[in-house]
Amino acid sequence: MIAVDDYRRVAPPGAVDIILRLAEHVRGRRFLHVSGGRFGGGAAEILQPLVPMLSDLGIDAAWEITGGDPGFYATTTALRAALTGTERALTDEALDHYVEMNRVNGKKLNLEADLVLVHDIQPATLIEHRPGEGRWVWRCHFDASRPSRRAWAFLRPYINQYDAAVFSLPKFARRLGIPKYVIAPSIDPLSDKNRELSPREVTTILRGLGVPQDKPLLLQVGPFTPGEDPVGVVDGYRLVKKYYNVRLVLAGTGDAERESVETLAELREAAHTDPDIVILELPPDAHLQINALQRAATIVVQKSVHAGFGLGAAEAMWKGKPVVGGFAGGLPQQIVYDVTGYTVHSVEGAAFRIRHLLNNPELIARMGAAGREHVRRSFLITRHLTDYMALLIHLTR
Amino acid sequence: MSTVATATDPFRFIGCVELRQSLDQRATDERELLDRLEDVPSGSVFYHTHGYFLRHRPITTAYGNDFAAWVAVHVRDQVLAERLAVINPFEFSSLEALREELLSAVHDHLVHLSVVPRVEYGEVFHFQQSHIVEVPLGSAAATLAEFRQGLAEVDASAIYYHMVEARARLGRRSGDFAEWLRTSLGMTALAERIQRIDAYMTSLERVRARVLALVDTALEEGA
Repeated sequence: MIAVDDYRRVAPPGAVDIILRLAEHVRGRRFLHVSGGRFGGGAAEILQPLVPMLSDLGIDAAWEITGGDPGFYATTTALRAALTGTERALTDEALDHYVEMNRVNGKKLNLEADLVLVHDIQPATLIEHRPGEGRWVWRCHFDASRPSRRAWAFLRPYINQYDAAVFSLPKFARRLGIPKYVIAPSIDPLSDKNRELSPREVTTILRGLGVPQDKPLLLQVGPFTPGEDPVGVVDGYRLVKKYYNVRLVLAGTGDAERESVETLAELREAAHTDPDIVILELPPDAHLQINALQRAATIVVQKSVHAGFGLGAAEAMWKGKPVVGGFAGGLPQQIVYDVTGYTVHSVEGAAFRIRHLLNNPELIARMGAAGREHVRRSFLITRHLTDYMALLIHLTR
Repeated sequence: MSTVATATDPFRFIGCVELRQSLDQRATDERELLDRLEDVPSGSVFYHTHGYFLRHRPITTAYGNDFAAWVAVHVRDQVLAERLAVINPFEFSSLEALREELLSAVHDHLVHLSVVPRVEYGEVFHFQQSHIVEVPLGSAAATLAEFRQGLAEVDASAIYYHMVEARARLGRRSGDFAEWLRTSLGMTALAERIQRIDAYMTSLERVRARVLALVDTALEEGA
């Protein structure tokens, strides 16, 4: 198990000492996280290292998981999509079943704690079954600023029963009758996705992926969905390709949604006609592969047009890469314009900034170094741990 | 008093962490910025002017506060951005006086415009405030040499707490370093020099370096 002290070599000077001092205030307090699963991205990805770190600090940390049947999961998936603004049909019967399943979960789970942090949608209605003691906080990991009206009308009365809510950005929040705190997500610098890799490891992994390293590499990592605009990235690459002999790698996962299937087909067609476009469909746990690709990249692109917070830019900056990103989601918060990369509003803007960087290689190194320091201060798990302990102290003193 | 004097009440370094809270007020144009700025709690004025200093380390950006940065980057009104950026929050005796100065700058700018500048491609301004959680760092200093050693080693948030939070929000106008040196070690001249340090538009590490340089000079003179 990785201990908090292991982060001294990557965290900002003094950060681990602050964490240890904060822990003295809350040692022995029970801090319970409740989420819908232990695997995958989002809440689970950060809780996997965070909960053991809290325990390592002497906090009585626990992580409970809600369960359900296929109907429960179908409804929570649809509800989450609707809360992010996507059209979804939500019947009263399905929503009643979701609430009922959480009533069962509420009986099964030990929900006694000084602070209970309930993550995202699946456990959200558990608030109806809170014990008498303890503070309850809803942790929303997605952009809930433009939900479907029906979905929000359903969820809002539950959320208002919490003592507070936590959003990743102020702009992701809706008006609520409870305090709204802001805690940005983070990356774990010691995980497979972000730990140091030797040049030999990078070369071996890229060889396994069929990606040669004989020319500058542009990389976008992200789902093959219109929101991530991989087709726009290909268009930008073509504008760059007129001047620079570069290779474009688009690495990510697809899904069964019609738009995703169409996007992937379009990308495959582009790759068919240009051998310097590489499409890599990777499994969700391809952490080392993503790590190696980001380390091998010359410039990382995250040209999202609609996104949640997303940490692709922070991951790339941690590996010393400048990032050209869309003006969406959490990208403007991660990319310090003209310091760690550029935020752009168009395909042409992306192409212009990529050319600007390729034409000024010293900028690539300088922005990469600035990006790594920016992430060290603002987007490492040590900062996240500090924020959660500050929340625990603030709400339970 | 000499530089080898020992204080009966040692200086105790305190670091801090900031818990951010989003408010329901937001602005999409400079008129809304003016209106909301009048209404938000003074803690929000503090957050967007002084908290900036804590959050933006070590990358000091071109604007001294969140209002100026938003107007420049998202509204793209460089004139108002310059007028807001030049307002030094450390010069004001209270947050209400600072608020008034910010309001005057926005108001006087809008008076001369026929169209209110607004966000077109950028982001809406969301007002926030913060809760500071104090973190006693354990180290205590009874002499100037011990103070120097502690100052060199503490987390940068302690510089923020003793030099910014103490002055602007806790009402300790001299800042904790100057106050302790004056009252506990009797080093009035050194205290005044530290009190005069311009903390605006720089980083916490630079402020630390300036305090250390002044202390080093005092130690050399006293040796």
